[in-house]
Amino acid sequence: MSGQSNYNPKTGIEKWLDARLPIIRLGVDTMIFPSPRNLNYWWTFGAILAVMLVSQLITGIILAMHYVPHPDMAFDSVQHINRNINWGWMLQPMHAVGASMMFLAVYIHMFRGIYYGSAKNPREMIWIVGMVIYLLMMATGFMGYVLPWGQMSIWGAIVITNLFSAIPPEAAGTAVTQWLWGGFAVDGPTLNRFFSLHYLLPFLIVGMVILHIWALHIPSNNNPTGISIKTKADTLNFHPYYTVKDAFAIVVFLMIFSYFLFFKPDSMGHPDNFIPANPYSTPAHIVPEWYYLPFYAILRAVPDKLMGVVAMFASIGVLFALPWLDTSKVRSMRYRPLAKQFFFLFVLVCLGLGWAGAKLPSDLVFATGVDADGHEVGLTFVWMSRILTIYYFAFFLVILPILGLVEKPKPRPASIEASVLGTDKGDN
Amino acid sequence: MSTPVESDEPTRRDFIHIASGTAVVAGAGFLAWPLIDQMNPSADTLSLATIEFDVSSLEEGAQVVAKWRGKPVFIRYRTAAEIEEARSLDVSVLKDKQTDSERLVPGPDGKLKPQYLVAVGICTHLGCVPLFDPKDTKGGEYGGWFCPCHGSHYDNSGRIRKGPAPTNLVVPPYWYMSDTVIQIGKEASV
Repeated sequence: MSGQSNYNPKTGIEKWLDARLPIIRLGVDTMIFPSPRNLNYWWTFGAILAVMLVSQLITGIILAMHYVPHPDMAFDSVQHINRNINWGWMLQPMHAVGASMMFLAVYIHMFRGIYYGSAKNPREMIWIVGMVIYLLMMATGFMGYVLPWGQMSIWGAIVITNLFSAIPPEAAGTAVTQWLWGGFAVDGPTLNRFFSLHYLLPFLIVGMVILHIWALHIPSNNNPTGISIKTKADTLNFHPYYTVKDAFAIVVFLMIFSYFLFFKPDSMGHPDNFIPANPYSTPAHIVPEWYYLPFYAILRAVPDKLMGVVAMFASIGVLFALPWLDTSKVRSMRYRPLAKQFFFLFVLVCLGLGWAGAKLPSDLVFATGVDADGHEVGLTFVWMSRILTIYYFAFFLVILPILGLVEKPKPRPASIEASVLGTDKGDN
Repeated sequence: MSTPVESDEPTRRDFIHIASGTAVVAGAGFLAWPLIDQMNPSADTLSLATIEFDVSSLEEGAQVVAKWRGKPVFIRYRTAAEIEEARSLDVSVLKDKQTDSERLVPGPDGKLKPQYLVAVGICTHLGCVPLFDPKDTKGGEYGGWFCPCHGSHYDNSGRIRKGPAPTNLVVPPYWYMSDTVIQIGKEASV
């Protein structure tokens, strides 16, 4: 929103309103602003996420009309929604599958930001606000998964709230966990407050999304070349060009969403969550939802309890510092031959951590032989997690800072316009 | 019009600003505490704080799980061999150094009852319920309990021997009301 406005009220009513509450002007100037003309499909995930957020809000508010946040009734009320409520069979999975789809979109959105240097100067605040949104999403998703009060719900809640017991008791670790639980264990009071907070946090996300988009309107979008906008010839107005491109991507994304919703609604969940919660019987293998698995693998990679929790939170915290850890003056990794390779390895490492998080730590990735008792030995998932965790942190704390200093980038085009039209192979 | 004389001395107005600012901050603090404290365990939760259990109903080698404060409590009747194993251990090998005797409370006669081990059945790692595991039944290596979540092994005294858990299974406050009845949630009044 660089000063001048694109809105020109024509009718008397519009002029009257614009002098009193310039809300149409706000809307027009939000949608009609110059964007780089070369945005590719990786840039559509912001709009996809906006659609998913609205979808989650609508289905969530509807589910809250039928759900009962009581330990004796929560499990049955979710079954009641699925079996008896009109359209409940669709609305409840729409919310549950929608959460998975939203995380899928947010991970692509974040990887895109890392690859094209979207976090870097002058977009640090967009990235940081985005990371706050991601943290709020994780908290919301976690509490939402607890609400059906199945075995994975309660045991997920027990394991995650116990992360705070890594704080030594003399430093209020016990007091903090009992405060979170509202008792001596995860129970009814915990469920009830999680329901309350699960309803609240999405509205905080909406507020943060407004800040995210506001901050985006100051420098405008980054783009695949990472080169700043220099002239009007580098840009297209967001509406109609990118509203249409985003709309197409949204339709494709909704088709994928629909496939899972209508044909595989339970594929993202865990069968144990169809067993009502039992605080006296731990399932043999507790796993979080798929979108937390990489962090769960990092938690389990560290043999010490407190340090494991610290490593897990640090793996998210380090993302906040990304704008300053990536020291290269070139934004887009398209022109960074080394960074590009380390980036794709980083993506594989994140997927590998997710795989390790889904397995028992002692399971074997592959066997190398047989020990004296006839048991297979080889690389266990806990050791794979350790190796991948080291790369995860090294990527941010060692590789990105050093690469920016030693890497020789390839020549960049003279401008966004030149890169689109192919008229210039400049080397600025 | 006369302008106020510039001075480094605090004025009456500075005093009012500081005093009213302090009052607002203190008032906000007083107001915040009820909003925070309401999440702590409620009166009815706290009132269910003790239970009684008759250990004479146990058979040797077995354990029962009692429910106390929403948590499982293991009460185990240990065999003579198990007691001997727990006592003979050199505590210097332990992560959380405790002798077996330190994890027991005396009966009414002032003597320990080493056959009965009482411990909160919650893994001190991340809160799962460890599996009762006399030697070589579920893969635990020390004949006590094995936590399936992240692989912590406890011995028959509830002491952590291997795995990520930082401390031994917690011994809840309890005392022998009689020779065979224990009350969990309260210590013997001396």
